[in-house]
Formats: sequence, C-alpha cells, structure tokens
Amino acid sequence: MRMIHRNPSLAIGTVLVTILMLSAIIGPLALHTDPFMVDLSRVLAAPSRSHWFGCDSLGRDLFARVIWAARLSLGVSTMVVALSLAVGAVIGGAAALAGGWIDGFVMRGVDIVMAFPGFLLAIALAAILGPGLVDLVIALTAMGWTGYARLVRGEVLSLREREYIEGARALGARPARLLLHHLMPALAGPVAVQATFGVGGIIIAEAALSFLGLGARPPTPSWGNMLDAGRAFILVAPHLTTAPGVAIGLSVLGFNLLGDGLAQLIGHRR
Amino acid sequence: MTRQLLRRLAALLPVALGVATLTFALIHLVPGDPVSAMLGDYAAPADVAQMRHDLKLDLPLWKQYGAFLTALAHGDLGQSISQHEPVARLIGEHYPATLELAGAGLVVAIIIALPLGIIAGADAGGPGDIAAMGFAILGISVPHIYLGPLLMIIFSLRLGWLPLTGRGGFAHLVLPALTMGTALAAILARMLRQSLVQVTGADYMRTARSKGLSERAALIRHGLRNALTPVITLVGLETGALLTGSIVTEMIFSWPGLGRLLMTAINNRDYPLVQGCVLTFALSYVVVNLVTDFLYSAVDPRIRLR
Repeated sequence: MRMIHRNPSLAIGTVLVTILMLSAIIGPLALHTDPFMVDLSRVLAAPSRSHWFGCDSLGRDLFARVIWAARLSLGVSTMVVALSLAVGAVIGGAAALAGGWIDGFVMRGVDIVMAFPGFLLAIALAAILGPGLVDLVIALTAMGWTGYARLVRGEVLSLREREYIEGARALGARPARLLLHHLMPALAGPVAVQATFGVGGIIIAEAALSFLGLGARPPTPSWGNMLDAGRAFILVAPHLTTAPGVAIGLSVLGFNLLGDGLAQLIGHRR
Repeated sequence: MTRQLLRRLAALLPVALGVATLTFALIHLVPGDPVSAMLGDYAAPADVAQMRHDLKLDLPLWKQYGAFLTALAHGDLGQSISQHEPVARLIGEHYPATLELAGAGLVVAIIIALPLGIIAGADAGGPGDIAAMGFAILGISVPHIYLGPLLMIIFSLRLGWLPLTGRGGFAHLVLPALTMGTALAAILARMLRQSLVQVTGADYMRTARSKGLSERAALIRHGLRNALTPVITLVGLETGALLTGSIVTEMIFSWPGLGRLLMTAINNRDYPLVQGCVLTFALSYVVVNLVTDFLYSAVDPRIRLR
C-alpha cells in the first residue's frame, strides 16, 4: 500500500501491462467468438451485451478482434524490442570493450543510421520488403537498435572505470566473465527502463505502419489496420475507431507509466 | 562563428553521404527484381530492358552508385515512373505543404507545453503539477492515428467548427497541427517541468529570492531562462521526428504534402520517387539537427567556448 503511494506510476503501469499481457496470452484462448467470422446481419452494430464493442463493417465482433490484435501488437513489439536490444547490446558493448579505432568506426556507423529518422527508415524498409509480419519486425528493429547500442556503450564505458570492475580485472577476470558477472547486472536497470519505454514506442510505430498498409494485412486484425478500416465509417459508427484507438492508448500509457516507475525505482536505489 | 559554421558543415558531409548511400541501397533491397516489381510479371521484355537501362540497373553497382551521387549533386533525383515527371519537381511542389504542417505542429506544441511545464514546475508535487503531468502522459500515449480521427469527430463532424480534410487557409491547418503537436507538447512539458525543478535549488535562485523577489517572480525571471536550454535542444531533436510524423497526419487529413507523395509512390511501387521522398525527409532531419546545435550555442554561451 505504501508502495502504491510512493510510486503510483509503477503500480498503475504494472496493473495495465499485466492486464494487457493476460488478454494477449489467454484472451484468444478464452474467447468463444471468432474474430474472422463475417455476419452481414450485424454490419456496424453498436456495442451491446452480446457484442461488447459492437461489430465492424463486415459484422465481425470488435471485442474479439481487439483482443486478437493485442496478441499481434504485443508479440511484435516485445520481439522487436528484444531483437533491437540484442543487436544494440552486442554492437555497443563490443565497441566499448574494443575501444580505439574500432569503437570510433562502429559508433560513426551508428551515428549515420541515427541520422536517418527512425520511423522513416521503418516505412522505407517495410515498403521495400513488402507487407508481412517478418518484414515488419525487421523494419522496426532497424529503427530501434541504435538507441540501445548507444546506451550500452555509454554505460559500459562509464562502468569500466569503476573500482569494482578494476578490482575484478586485477584479480584476473577475463572479458567474458567481466561482462557476464560484473557488467550485465549493473546494466540491467537502465536497459530495462529504456526497453520498457521502447515497447510503448514500438506499439505506436507498429500501429502506424499497419495503419498505412505496411504492416499486418487484413483480415489479420491489428489495432492499426482496424483504425484504418474504421475511418471510412467515422460518421455512422465511431465505435469502429474508438475500440482499437483506446486499446493502443491504454497499452502505451501502461508501458510509459511502468517505464517512469522503473526509472524512479532505480533512481532511488542509486 | 563563421569558422564554427564551416566546421559543422564539413562534419555534415559524411552524414549526408551516409544518408544518400542508405537511400541508394533501398532499391537494391527490393526482393527479386525491382523492375519486374514495378512493371508486373507480364511486361514486354523490351519495356523491362528499357526501364532497366533508364534506371541504370544494367550498370555495375559501383557505376550505379557513382551515377546516383553525380546526379544528386546536380539536384537530379531521376524520373517518376507513375507520374512521368522529374522527381525533384514533384518534391518541390509537395514540400512546402509539409513544412507548413510541421511548423504549425511545432507552434502548437510550444503553445501547449510552456504553460503546462511552468504550472507543473512552479508547484512540483502540488495539484497543478499532478494535473499537468497527468495530461502530459495522456498526450504521449494517444497515438496520432487515433487522435486525428478523434479530433475530426469532435470538431468537424459534431461541432462543425473546422473543415474535415485538405489544405486551405488557417482553419484547415488547426486539426492536423493539433494532431501532430500534442505528443510533442507533452514531451516538452515534462522536460520543462523537470528542468525547472532542478533550477529551483540553484544558487542564483537563492540570491534572487533573498533580494526580495517572490517565488513566482524569481522562477519566471531567473529560473525559466535557464530551464529553457535543455527544452530548446529537445525541440530541435524532436522537430526532425515531427517531420516524419507528418506522414501519418498527412494521410489522415488528406494533406497534399511530402508524406502523402511518399505513400502514393510506395503504393505505385514508384521506387525513384520513393527514394527522392525518403532522401528529402532524411536530409531535412539532418539539417534541422544542425540548426539545433547552433541555436543551442546561441542560447547558452558556455557551449560556444568549447
């Protein structure tokens, strides 16, 4: 209870993210409604007791589609963040540990990729590679990894100078051992904060790409393509855009609050 | 100042070259053959050969790259395949609309962020702070693709105050600018609050208070000036993102800018036009970042000394 009072962001964020995770993982299994079932007698039906969020332009149940889309959005976002983190950590960490001209060369490359606006890179890659989930993940990872490379490199460079690392090195610890036992635990905090905000950012980017027709393809439900499909009916059936819009908003809010909360938590500990 | 400008411009060259190289690489990432992707599977072999020649895809890679850079240096971005016009001219026609939109988005963001950040920072921990920051975190969380349609429902369809889509006078600009500016406003307000809170404990603030200034006067006259420096950097950094964020907003509001041109080009598989738009966006981003560096040193003279 005291913790909720001291760090409300962490508490609310945890609750929102947990609900989101549960609906993405268990939701599609627990639902009896088929998100793909077309029923022309219920086209654009308003929310009711049998269809909580109403039905879309083909009479498909919106609640089921929003829940299924959660699985796609969350799956894609966590995978992208995990991949970006892995790529960024390896490149940034290696550059920092190698030092010298290798470090300079690698970080110049990172600078050039960063000089390219991230969302534009994702759009260009998704457009070139064609629509599809694998290409979507590649495009979003290309946008995301540079931030982690910089973060990990910076942290490793500053940690390397700390006494306990020097001590371990003096005791004869090899680079691999240094990395796994001494650097990784210290890196975990800041990386976790950035990754949490990262999931929120990727959820928005994924939705935007799907909205532009460069992500998940209909009939596969994603919040972005549902919003795009709902726009045509904005006059007669605004619930078509409200359902996926609120879903995106709440998930991003959840991850942002969780990130804020984690940052506060780590800040206190330091 | 001039020497510094020249040095910065020189540092810009490798970055611009890198951006151009990435753009050049795009067409070679097309799975399979870009020409048959553009013309379709049933195109006449003569047409395919002609286009391959026109796009210089029949040359060795290093010659293509050289030709690309030479043309680029002359401001030649090639010919649009779907619109049969020079890419540079099409971009020239659409770019002002995007600049107008991004500029308006920036103005909206600053107009919202300043009061929110000051209210929150002046009363950290108080009700004003909680309300302003609550609004800010909401602003960050609502995506453009939902905020746009939402604003359309409220202000165009229900209230009938503003036009729904298209580009025209001031009234056409309001909703797209709000859509683009809200998230940035939220980010800036949070930064301003944090920076004001840090400044409150500074020595010169204690001096200002001890010479009899009220808390509010000290904050506005002495604190704000110093607190704004990091905010200005952030404005610059985010303006680049704002430019690319305009792609989604232009699609929602049928705004005839570079973003919509890019999406049309993508849907038509008009790769030269795609390359041109991507390059224009990316170079604008690079230039904005350069300008930010300058503004930063203009606002904070300490940085100029380095």
